[in-house]
Amino acid sequence: MPKNPNVKRVMVIGSGPIVIGQAAEFDYAGTQACRSLKEEGVEVILVNSNPATIMTDKDIADKVYVEPLTVRVLEQIIEKEKPDSILPTLGGQAGLNLGMELEESGFLKAHNVTLLGTTAQTIRNAEGRQEFKDLMEHIGEPCAASLVVESVEDGVAFTNTIGYPVVLRPAYTLGGSGGGIAHNQAELEEILENGLRLSRVGQVLVERCIAGWKEIEYEVMRDSMGNCITVCNMENIDPVGVHTGDSIVVAPSQTLSDKEYQMLRTSALKIINELQITGGCNVQFALHPTSFEYCVIEVNPRVSRSSALASKATGYPIAKVAAKIALGFTLDEIKNAITHKTYASFEPTLDYCVVKIPRLPFDKFITAKRTLTTQMKATGEVMSICNNFEGALMKAIRSLEQHVDCLLSYDFSALSVDELKERLKKVDDQRIYVIAEAIRKGMDYDTIHELTQIDVWFIDKIAILVEMEQALKEGPLTVELLREAKRIEFPDNVISRLTGVPEEEIKKLRYDNGIVAVYKMVDTCAAEFAASTPYYYSVFGGECEARRTEGRKKVLVLGSGPIRIGQGIEFDYCSVHATWAFSKAGYETIIINNNPETVSTDFDIADKLYFEPLTPEDVESIVNIEHPDGAVVQFGGQTAIKLTESLMKMGVPILGTKAEDVDAAEDRELFDRILEQTKIPRAAGGTVYTAEEAKEVANRLGYPVLVRPSYVLGGQGMQIAISDAEIEEFMEIINRIAQDHPILVDKYLMGKEVEVDAVCDGTDILIPGIMEHIERTGVHSGDSISVYPAPTIGDAVKEKIADYTARLARALHVKGLINIQFIAIGEEVYVIEVNPRSSRTVPYISKVTGIPIVDLATEVIIGRTIRELGYIPGLQPEAEYYAVKIPVFSFEKIRGAEISLGPEMKSTGECLGIAKDFNEALYKAFLGAGVNLPKHKNIIITVKDADKHEVIEIGRRFEKLGYTIYATKSTAAALNEAGVKARKVNKISQESPTVMDLILGHKIDLVIDTPTQGRDKSRDGFLIRRIAIETGVNCITAMDTAKALVTSLENASKRLTLVDVAQL
Amino acid sequence: MKAFLILEDGTVFEGTHIGASKEIISEIVFNTSMAGYLEILTDPSYAGQAVCMTYPLIGNYGICRDDMESFKSWPDGFIVRELSRVSSNFRSDMTIQQFLDENGVPGIAGIDTRALTRILREKGTMNGMITTNEDYCLEDILPRLMKYTTGKVVEKATCPTKYTIAPTIALEQNGPLSGAARFDRAAYEREKRPALVKSLNGIGLKVALLDLGAKSNISRSLSERGCEVTVYSALTPASEIIADAPDGIMLSNGPGDPKECASVIAEIKKLYDTEIPIFAICLGHQLMALATGADTYKMKYGHRGGNHPVKDLSTGRVYISSQNHGYVVDTDKLDPSVAVPAFVNVNDGTNEGLSYTGKNIFTVQFHPEACSGPQDSGYLFDRFIDMMKGENENA
Repeated sequence: MPKNPNVKRVMVIGSGPIVIGQAAEFDYAGTQACRSLKEEGVEVILVNSNPATIMTDKDIADKVYVEPLTVRVLEQIIEKEKPDSILPTLGGQAGLNLGMELEESGFLKAHNVTLLGTTAQTIRNAEGRQEFKDLMEHIGEPCAASLVVESVEDGVAFTNTIGYPVVLRPAYTLGGSGGGIAHNQAELEEILENGLRLSRVGQVLVERCIAGWKEIEYEVMRDSMGNCITVCNMENIDPVGVHTGDSIVVAPSQTLSDKEYQMLRTSALKIINELQITGGCNVQFALHPTSFEYCVIEVNPRVSRSSALASKATGYPIAKVAAKIALGFTLDEIKNAITHKTYASFEPTLDYCVVKIPRLPFDKFITAKRTLTTQMKATGEVMSICNNFEGALMKAIRSLEQHVDCLLSYDFSALSVDELKERLKKVDDQRIYVIAEAIRKGMDYDTIHELTQIDVWFIDKIAILVEMEQALKEGPLTVELLREAKRIEFPDNVISRLTGVPEEEIKKLRYDNGIVAVYKMVDTCAAEFAASTPYYYSVFGGECEARRTEGRKKVLVLGSGPIRIGQGIEFDYCSVHATWAFSKAGYETIIINNNPETVSTDFDIADKLYFEPLTPEDVESIVNIEHPDGAVVQFGGQTAIKLTESLMKMGVPILGTKAEDVDAAEDRELFDRILEQTKIPRAAGGTVYTAEEAKEVANRLGYPVLVRPSYVLGGQGMQIAISDAEIEEFMEIINRIAQDHPILVDKYLMGKEVEVDAVCDGTDILIPGIMEHIERTGVHSGDSISVYPAPTIGDAVKEKIADYTARLARALHVKGLINIQFIAIGEEVYVIEVNPRSSRTVPYISKVTGIPIVDLATEVIIGRTIRELGYIPGLQPEAEYYAVKIPVFSFEKIRGAEISLGPEMKSTGECLGIAKDFNEALYKAFLGAGVNLPKHKNIIITVKDADKHEVIEIGRRFEKLGYTIYATKSTAAALNEAGVKARKVNKISQESPTVMDLILGHKIDLVIDTPTQGRDKSRDGFLIRRIAIETGVNCITAMDTAKALVTSLENASKRLTLVDVAQL
Repeated sequence: MKAFLILEDGTVFEGTHIGASKEIISEIVFNTSMAGYLEILTDPSYAGQAVCMTYPLIGNYGICRDDMESFKSWPDGFIVRELSRVSSNFRSDMTIQQFLDENGVPGIAGIDTRALTRILREKGTMNGMITTNEDYCLEDILPRLMKYTTGKVVEKATCPTKYTIAPTIALEQNGPLSGAARFDRAAYEREKRPALVKSLNGIGLKVALLDLGAKSNISRSLSERGCEVTVYSALTPASEIIADAPDGIMLSNGPGDPKECASVIAEIKKLYDTEIPIFAICLGHQLMALATGADTYKMKYGHRGGNHPVKDLSTGRVYISSQNHGYVVDTDKLDPSVAVPAFVNVNDGTNEGLSYTGKNIFTVQFHPEACSGPQDSGYLFDRFIDMMKGENENA
């Protein structure tokens, strides 16, 4: 069936800010789908509150609204833009829920807007727990015994009939939010209460626990004619019980016979047909490990994280095809973009093995529980491809960038066999390392399997890696042994550690014997048809399909690896834009990256894609084939920057700012010299290696001081210390990870934090704008609310900032991007830090000023000047819009994480509020971040002594808005004394009713809780914040944020002005 | 032990010897299925060929004897990237290494199977030798390779005498056996198979299956629908089958060049001339075409795998099918008064099925019996049953 001619203007709903469970995969899917729609001549109106995405670029959609994703806002956009259709299945659960709300309220029908793709009824059947169960029963597909409940009592009663343990799954939530396994009534009540609150419809599914079964997923496509295919299946190494987003996943399934594979495939097709899905869909199964018994776990009637993974694993562009299906095309009409010979109605077949490992944030939340459950916790993931499983696992491990490169990277050698047995029962992110140690200690496969339920096949593969470790340790390192070690992807540095042979000698031995990486193509068809898409992965041994291309100048763009807190989707935005800009300038572009969720790893972004780990050895193997004319590292975050030195050793010129200048910005002494030379002040400080030195510097400067490691992104390990004891504590934490670089101790200055991104061509500087942070210094810039144009800074200070920026950029010989953070105290400006590379604010400032700074930076790197590019250097005139970037957190997903803000970054994503009026922009930003007030008009305030005077004004303003204020003893006293009415509540440690009871009563809108200076040791404050977060109450931990929020509430208006960012 | 795969064009792959210790010369083909290696090894259509698996990890779930598609292994050789050293599946009876030894199948592992596939794709299917002789002499071997043909393999693959398979009483009639709520462990223990239960629409029907090298799941697909299946040797005269008065005749899959089967083709023409409904698969489909005046030709490298899209021209629907064929019916030379295309391959447009004009006969090139591969086109057995019952709307 050809394209539906009635579809001309389509509104696409994005997924909003990045949170755990809903991450970059929707930028990839949305971008691919929008391009696919435009390819068919359809006008695309995009709505997404997340400015860091590529999909919100004006070259991706015709109209771009970076507005809060609420029903009211979408209704306004529909009224204004009059689309004929909307596509809600590309924006994750958030987009789908909004589409459903619009449909259910009758708004779409009233405005003649069609829901494209899967119908509303289908979505209800797939997403509504009871509807889904009834449907499965009707077609004879098994589900685990379950009941949808709307109250805790019903849940307990039902569980008593089927027995513990039970799994709890709230309806209409993402990433399994609020779900879990309950082993007894107490656990059941706790999880159920939380889940009922988080569910949009107040429903939770209570289900027979099938933990320990194999978890298998199928990605399925169906068109309106009813043609169905499966794109690929995947097997979770971690059995049922761990959220698939937190599991190590392998594609295709490895331990299923054809009978099992086809049984589940047939079931998946039957389900998707019965549901009448049109587009992409994910079906999850639990398969009993010793019979053919299976259960359907769930169906996602939309593109998902799994579909992004399946797309990258197979080369089949699921989002693109789903968009075409939504327009009315059938699978046999859509060409396979890789082979150009076959059609989309073709099942990819793999001749390699894919491994995905989640990137978990426990390095950021050291107090959090590492246990993995049905609640997803990963912020991102890495994928690797190899023609053997062992190799794929090894490559994925070293792609994680978590100081791991083999199965010895976590040391469990001190544990006895009995201790290991206990440890194996614990399901966490270190389990494969524990299994490896158990094998080293001689534990048999069956015992390990019994304790972990992990299939013996995977255990044997881990054993093969352990045996290689031992063979290398025992030596001698023969050519044959080396060949085998490389076949299963032992990196040279690990071989060197195990054998004691220097890495350089190993490399030489390899080269002398032709043991080098060769590259194979991902072609969807196992080489059955010739493919033209250069999407490569490495293996050792065999024929190399990658060819060195000549003719055009060639540039290597290094990606930013897995999404993590501190290094998010912004860097993928920068990498992709740089790639496009190089391409426009006539360069041949090559991307190396290992993140399956991103746009940069789509096979049609660069001329060539190498899906590989970003380590020096892996990059060198590619360099040896491609011989690029240069590499850019300034767009790929710290991941790429870290490769600078290695690239230079390989003889690859670094394009743009030179490595020694990057060093000069990071190295304390060199940088001090530059500041002296440019006469720019900074906070006094010193460089230290030990706690003793740190204390000495701190006492010389006077507390409080800022302690942080150098060469990190996202303020990892950064802390404000107020005493010698804290210095000791922080130094110990920082030094837990081996430090090659010194630690910095600075005097803590309190002032307004200001940030600029600029492009420098070596002579001239272009500053698109100055951003001011709402939170004062001490809160990490990524966690601060950032406002452009800076609202409270005078022209003189702005000029000074522009001048300092120019001086620093010139002194550092910057060619390309530079990001600088300043503190403004009165008329004085101090520099905090300088990063001669792209930053997290680049996409935001580009969008709101309309100045494409990544493109400009790329042109400058190629050799053009700012003037040649048509820009007048210097600070650009301010836009007529205020743009407020607000951080978004995922604290509710990480049990036990401290939520108070500090110098270490904790947010996972961001969203934007844009308006001509500052207050409206602020209101939009909060709204987009999910702060949708008022509800009950009750707030709790409990602040540290230092904030007592500031809280009075905030309290008064909330009171004026009609809020009832509850406060702990001393805060209440301070408020009442100043004439602000506040009801006193007891602390958690005191007798009931306490502040905890109040929060659990579900009548509180907001908690304002500022932790005492330094690390909050009081369990009380920590508990209040955790309970607030876990019960879905907004919690603010900085006075400035609270002030901004009350300002936004004072200016709340029902009708918002809409801004089409594509016009800026 | 070292082993070598030597191709007709002089390419030599060095790998490790697996399976039985013998030297073979055979036609080298590749299969792109990611699972189902045992079904492939026991598919009689591979007689006279050596199979290369494009999926690199083979043997992971060992050998589950219940999944065998015939009583033994048929390929002359087996070519893989890597064999698993453990077999991990609750039904596994032995490792794949043991199976290859037991069945006398020699093979080679550790070679770049993707490179081999690329050669076969570019140059077409060719003959090759698997040997462990390190002192091989290409000048002697290559002429021998050129000379090899699969020959009259149907005669080797067919059963010696006729036998009858009683209808299977379905384990359960209301849904898949494997339903969690009604999983019947006792029934499962009896059958050891996840039979997706079909309606018993074939009860009372007698089907004659002409065994040209039939996969077990053809007769199983019929018997589990309630049909009684009598299997005849490929050498059986048509008159004998007709005399048994079956309700329908099924022509099976089988190995080799269809044109080698001159005598069988002559008998099939006699079957065509009766009014008995006929359904044919793969080689059976090709032989019926040849019997009725059409032609077949050898494809460059054939279709072998579980991911080929075929379009049912009567409905426009596309199904993913299991395939294994190196020859195909030439639709250019088709007489529409005899037969018209019923299915077409979406990838390359080659013929995938025929509907015989004015007859209760339809034939397909692909494998609705699956094993290995997708079960999407299993509905064709129901279409055949309807035809036998006289309920076929096309008749």
